[in-house]
Amino acid sequence: MNSASPRGRIDVAGFGLRFGQTTAVSDISLHVKPGEFVSLIGPSGCGKSTVLNAVAGFLTPTAGRVLVDSEPVRGPSADRGMVFQQYSLFPWKTVRENVEFGLKMQGMGKSERLATARTLLSVAGLHAFENHYPEQLSGGMKQRVGIVRALATGPRVLLLDEPFGALDAQTRMIMQELLLDLWEGLKISVLFVTHDIDEAIFLSDRIYVVTAAPGRIKAELTVPLPRPRAAGMSETADFHHLRGRLLELIREESLRAMGNEVAAQSGRRAGLDLADAIGAARL
Amino acid sequence: MPDMVIEIGAPVAAPLAPAGSHRAAVRTALLRLRGPALGLLTIALALLAWDLLTTYRVSFHIRFLNVPTPASVLASASHAFSDPDFSYNLLISCRRIGTGFLAATALGVPLGLTMGRWRLLRDALLPLFEIVRPIPAIAWVPMSIMLWPSNEESIVFITFLGSFFPILLNTLMGMGQVDPVLVRAARCLGAKEVSIFREVLLPAVLPQVFTGLAVGMGVAWVSLIAAEMIAGQFGIGYFTWEAYSLVQYPDIVLGMVCIGALGLGSSALIRLVGWLVMPWGRLAGGRPK
Repeated sequence: MNSASPRGRIDVAGFGLRFGQTTAVSDISLHVKPGEFVSLIGPSGCGKSTVLNAVAGFLTPTAGRVLVDSEPVRGPSADRGMVFQQYSLFPWKTVRENVEFGLKMQGMGKSERLATARTLLSVAGLHAFENHYPEQLSGGMKQRVGIVRALATGPRVLLLDEPFGALDAQTRMIMQELLLDLWEGLKISVLFVTHDIDEAIFLSDRIYVVTAAPGRIKAELTVPLPRPRAAGMSETADFHHLRGRLLELIREESLRAMGNEVAAQSGRRAGLDLADAIGAARL
Repeated sequence: MPDMVIEIGAPVAAPLAPAGSHRAAVRTALLRLRGPALGLLTIALALLAWDLLTTYRVSFHIRFLNVPTPASVLASASHAFSDPDFSYNLLISCRRIGTGFLAATALGVPLGLTMGRWRLLRDALLPLFEIVRPIPAIAWVPMSIMLWPSNEESIVFITFLGSFFPILLNTLMGMGQVDPVLVRAARCLGAKEVSIFREVLLPAVLPQVFTGLAVGMGVAWVSLIAAEMIAGQFGIGYFTWEAYSLVQYPDIVLGMVCIGALGLGSSALIRLVGWLVMPWGRLAGGRPK
């Protein structure tokens, strides 16, 4: 986390992924500057998560490059923290043990681990639950632990794959604010995948719109809202204007995606299933 | 029970609570005792039936003529438990179970984990196991005697065989149910293969492993007793069969009861260990499965 030169730059250049005859994503180019908060938004199944998984190191590009701080990504690493849509906490570990996991993998001693985990948990308001098992927590709390766990090792970038998709609206707002607080405190680069337009605007510095399969970058928008963000900003003209544009862009793509599904249902489905299968095989 | 007596006898001891809540508490306590009481009643009735059938030497197709009475079994038990030979028989059976079962666990669990993780190993070994598995461990008795230099080893081997497949296959099945996102999360946090096994896969399959251990322990006893009856020179299975040969009928029942008790005890031990090593699994029911 200490750095003289800013770290955490993500460069995806001409990234493509094909499984046999099927193209999941093609020619995706995007970047995240150190400390920047960038969202990927698009219809479901468009390949946003594919990009994220490539940056995480779970997928190897069949075309183009994925670089983090000018280094090609080769497999997953604690340098790139990831928060999954499904709560991916280890059910057999307590909240604190979950947070300690990455530190343990780094070989940190027991007492130091304990102290670090406790500090992080209290920052996230979870200190009272350190000895709880994940099963005893609500969805929002689980995901809070997931974020803390991903940040514990001090990664250069944080990757989030629709992390709040399963939460109710109120909890989601709270989680978004918490994420922004942590991000502002840590000055970490964030790549955030969502299909929620308001969420993308509220959180991001920039937003990439991804097209329906095969995924490409359709548009790149800068969010003009000042920092720190506040809940009331969703009523401003800037917010409304941006939301209108995004709605339009995504509506086109969603329609196209549905059209695709009717026209080439079997082919595209097979491609997606294949993508899942390969993703699973590469675990 | 003492609690109940106090509640009924001294309601004034808790003047704040209305009398109705005492009655409710007593009713709850009684309801809680109803299940165990019913169970005990059935056991008592079964014992009574045994006693009547044997005392009056009932014979209607099924013949109770030579079946020992509960009293005679009790008498032979009190005699047997002061006899060092009998204790030795029990001890040696426990040792055989312990050795065979631990060997099966030590081999079956790691093999199940690695076969679940590496497809190549699974493809190589599973067909062989599928062919060998349906052969009951008892059918191995002659072969086992030929294979192993001592009777002792051949009996332990049979016990091992009986428990090995349930343990291996349950572990393997558990591996198929591990949520892949947990492995990905671990890798993102810097876990290498060895840590993934130790910190993710093993705890994730523990519930199925313990199912396998419980089933395996049952099969181990079946196999052990059969092997002892056929080939043993010691052991509780040998004792039971020998009792029949020597026309010491009370000892047959004594042997059976001991085998049942040991089986019950060993499966309770497995549940206890499972309960101890899986504290997160206690959340739902709070009790071992």
